Amino acid sequence: MQTHQYDVVIVGAGGAGMRAALESSTRVRTAVISKLYPTRSHTGAAQGGMCAALANVEEDNWEWHTFDTVKGGDYLVDQDAAEVMAKEAIDAVLDLEKMGLPFNRTPEGKIDQRRFGGHTRNHGEAAVRRSCYAADRTGHMILQTLYQQCVKNDVEFFNEFYVLDLLVDHDLAAGHVPDGEEVNVSGVVAYELATGEIHVFQAKSVVLATGGAGKIYKTTSNAHTLTGDGMALAYRRGIPLEDMEFFQFHPTGLAGLGILLSEAARGEGGILRNSEGERFMERYAPTIKDLAPRDIVARSMANEVREGRGAGPNKDYVLLDLTHLEPAHIDAKLPDITEFARTYLGIEPYTEPVPVYPTAHYAMGGIPTNIEAEVLRNSTDVIRGLYAAGEVACVSVHGSNRLGTNSLLDINVFGKRAGISAAAYASTASFVELPENPAATVVAGLEEIRTRPDGDRVADIRKALQETMDLNAQVFRTSESLTQALEDIKALHKRFRRVSVQDKSKMFNTDLLEAVELGFLLDIAETVVVGALNRDESRGGHFREDFPDRDDKNYMRHTMAYRRPLPVKGHRLWGTDGDGDHKGSFAHTTVFDDYQLVLGSKPVTMTRYQPMERKY
Amino acid sequence: MTATLDRAAAPQNAAAGAIPSFDVTLKIRRYLPDDGAGAPEPYWDEFTVRAHGTDRVLDALHKVKWEEDGSLTFRRSCAHGVCGSDAMRINGRNRLACKTLLKDLDPSKPIIVEPIKGLPVIKDLVVDMEPFFASYREIMPFLITTGNEPTKERLQSAEQRERFDDTTKCILCAACTSSCPVFWTDGQYFGPAAIVNAHRFIFDSRDEGGAQRLEILNDKEGVWRCRTTFNCTEACPRGIEVTKAIQEVKRAMITRAF
Ligand SMILES: Cc1cc2nc3c(=O)[nH]c(=O)nc-3n(C[C@H](O)[C@H](O)[C@H](O)COP(=O)(O)OP(=O)(O)OC[C@H]3O[C@@H](n4cnc5c(N)ncnc54)[C@H](O)[C@@H]3O)c2cc1C
Ligand code: SF4
Ligand code: FES
Repeated sequence: MQTHQYDVVIVGAGGAGMRAALESSTRVRTAVISKLYPTRSHTGAAQGGMCAALANVEEDNWEWHTFDTVKGGDYLVDQDAAEVMAKEAIDAVLDLEKMGLPFNRTPEGKIDQRRFGGHTRNHGEAAVRRSCYAADRTGHMILQTLYQQCVKNDVEFFNEFYVLDLLVDHDLAAGHVPDGEEVNVSGVVAYELATGEIHVFQAKSVVLATGGAGKIYKTTSNAHTLTGDGMALAYRRGIPLEDMEFFQFHPTGLAGLGILLSEAARGEGGILRNSEGERFMERYAPTIKDLAPRDIVARSMANEVREGRGAGPNKDYVLLDLTHLEPAHIDAKLPDITEFARTYLGIEPYTEPVPVYPTAHYAMGGIPTNIEAEVLRNSTDVIRGLYAAGEVACVSVHGSNRLGTNSLLDINVFGKRAGISAAAYASTASFVELPENPAATVVAGLEEIRTRPDGDRVADIRKALQETMDLNAQVFRTSESLTQALEDIKALHKRFRRVSVQDKSKMFNTDLLEAVELGFLLDIAETVVVGALNRDESRGGHFREDFPDRDDKNYMRHTMAYRRPLPVKGHRLWGTDGDGDHKGSFAHTTVFDDYQLVLGSKPVTMTRYQPMERKY
Repeated sequence: MTATLDRAAAPQNAAAGAIPSFDVTLKIRRYLPDDGAGAPEPYWDEFTVRAHGTDRVLDALHKVKWEEDGSLTFRRSCAHGVCGSDAMRINGRNRLACKTLLKDLDPSKPIIVEPIKGLPVIKDLVVDMEPFFASYREIMPFLITTGNEPTKERLQSAEQRERFDDTTKCILCAACTSSCPVFWTDGQYFGPAAIVNAHRFIFDSRDEGGAQRLEILNDKEGVWRCRTTFNCTEACPRGIEVTKAIQEVKRAMITRAF
């Protein structure tokens, strides 16, 4: 075992992690730990763009952007955070340009902008050009540019190191810690893939930037490595997860595969059609049609399929039609995604429409933070020294449905804020003592799995999880389907206790790490399903067929999912002194074998905009 | 609800699953690292798995790992050709496993899968990428400018932007460098990928570090080692004209005074 000491440790080297590192490493001693080599991070897969009201091609301003974000999120957005993001968007884009990002250009040589779903002029009048882009590989260029700057600034990386535990001085999942009491982070425990060695990092500040959790679903645009690690690490320490039931299904995944075709395809003029050739979005969103927000388009597509108007032999997908666009235009603006259609489906988008179907894409929920990226342990108290940014976090700028191009923006704006906050805190704070035997839990857990002679296979359990999530917790949900999903997850947790791997070696044991990642997925799935089961309404990405309307009276609050110990006879029941707002529509507890998942809620911050009906 | 293409034996849609399931045999070069009990030898291992029309080599590798032999080790992440994790030698050519469809490989013969060449093998298909990234870092892969930054963005015309478009696509997968015979015999050679990334900045109108980079690449292990065998261009999964980029850097060295 090795131990290290840094002022700031950043976990994750995607867009959010590296943007934080650029701020933090110039101020204090900083290490970045990443399970992937930085340029392999899934930020590199982002295609369409990053929005900012630069007004380079038409009138625009940050207030319109804020409004679109709030409305797009079905009013569950914290409006103070959305305002910060929309305002700082402009500098975030200009910062990247100055770092060398090769944006597409206007005839005057300025950063070009294009349309994207849900982004409008003057509070919904018409689509506006707000997305800054580099062809359809904007995320690739952001990831490369940030990594280039990290090389320039000599940022210290620990690559192919998996963080497997978060160290805090009060384990909130183990016992009651009254509201208001100080809780501090002290570091993380990591596993070096190449050698199997354990490393303990003591740090004054820790920034979690581990990205999303799309692999809880079978059909997804997310990488194999997006297993919700950071969220699960926090949750296991009793830090709540916010709004996990809101998962975005992107309308245009390649049918059957889930590989994403960016919304930019529709921004550039692509049209969705059913088997009859009808442009069905005209019926669902008469004003902005194919450029309606993703939750609406995904549901409309699924509905066309359900009502028998799906295309293909099994009538189980719809068609994305680009055939009316000039091939030269497609080549200039959408080269990668048209290549995906050719490579993976053998479809030529110049002449044939592309089969598409919704694919699990983005976690709106995550670790709750305030606008300084500080992690919250209830509605108000922060954990000192702990920060989160990017898809792992929930500030919440996306509410119940994220607008396209707002995530690349989120990782830059809040990644930067996290880096600055973490460094500022570390430069005044002192190290918190590590717990005795800080790596004991991790070592015991790994050894148990590695040495178990036989048992259930990782792949079997994971497949069962992904299938029940696709079947029961996808675009359309009901109390019945979610109850089924919850039962399945509980059974899979039991099987996971018997999981065994075939690779018994210590070096580069990816078999073992896949097992660990499966444990994270199971934890994340339970928070998604329990949150969805409790929310008896439909809002944004969460659609309950048994409760098809939005219910502001009972549910205009963020869900908070807390892992707590099982009740012991005679001890106080969690939630009885009001902590976590465990009451009203959120007075809900689910008991698992070793712990209970206690729901609570957190108020939504509203500044300028009162909730209205969401029509496009 | 999930749309599934592979159960669609689709008569009217030739692309979607027209090729039904078939068996493929993978012949994989294995190597298990030294656990202290003496230096291990590499060996060949064969697996036969059932595949579908849209399956790629990566899917077949996963099938082996997930259903037959969990110890088979390889890197992968995005699974659609954008992260650069899974370059390997497939039937003697460097490709991304996630971008190579099995049906395009003649499944009647065993598919030969080996690690990329010229970098030390760590385990099975995993190689040590550090020498590759070290060369990349050496060419100063970041925008270099002097003077005050402008208040807003730097201006760049669409034509100027187009000039280096091709080389911005690089995902650092090392397929090019590890297909280069010069690199195999001389591991000190910068290799095509580093030159591609130097090109990306040398031809960016906003950059002022071209002279320094050209000087680095004028080194005895620099561009002049390239013998224009085009292996790199053929190997590049992003379709970058690697050899052309190298030629342009050579020309810049002659025409630009530094
Ligand atoms: C196909 C696709 C297209 C998209 N297109 C757009 C778009 O056009 N516009 C837009 O705004 N958004 C888009 N998004 C969303 C956006 O790209 C992501 O939400 C965003 O990039 C996430 O960035 P991140 O830094 O939070 O995480 P990531 O980039 O996923 O990085 C996560 C990092 O954490 C590390 N990590 C994870 N677990 C551990 C662990 N246990 N230990 C150590 N390290 C760990 C990983 O190695 C990685 O470096 C798209 C998403 C997808 C999937
Ligand atoms: S130039 Fe092509 S082959 Fe070489 S590293 Fe870049 S993407 Fe890979
Ligand atoms: S897995 Fe990302 S390039 Fe193949």
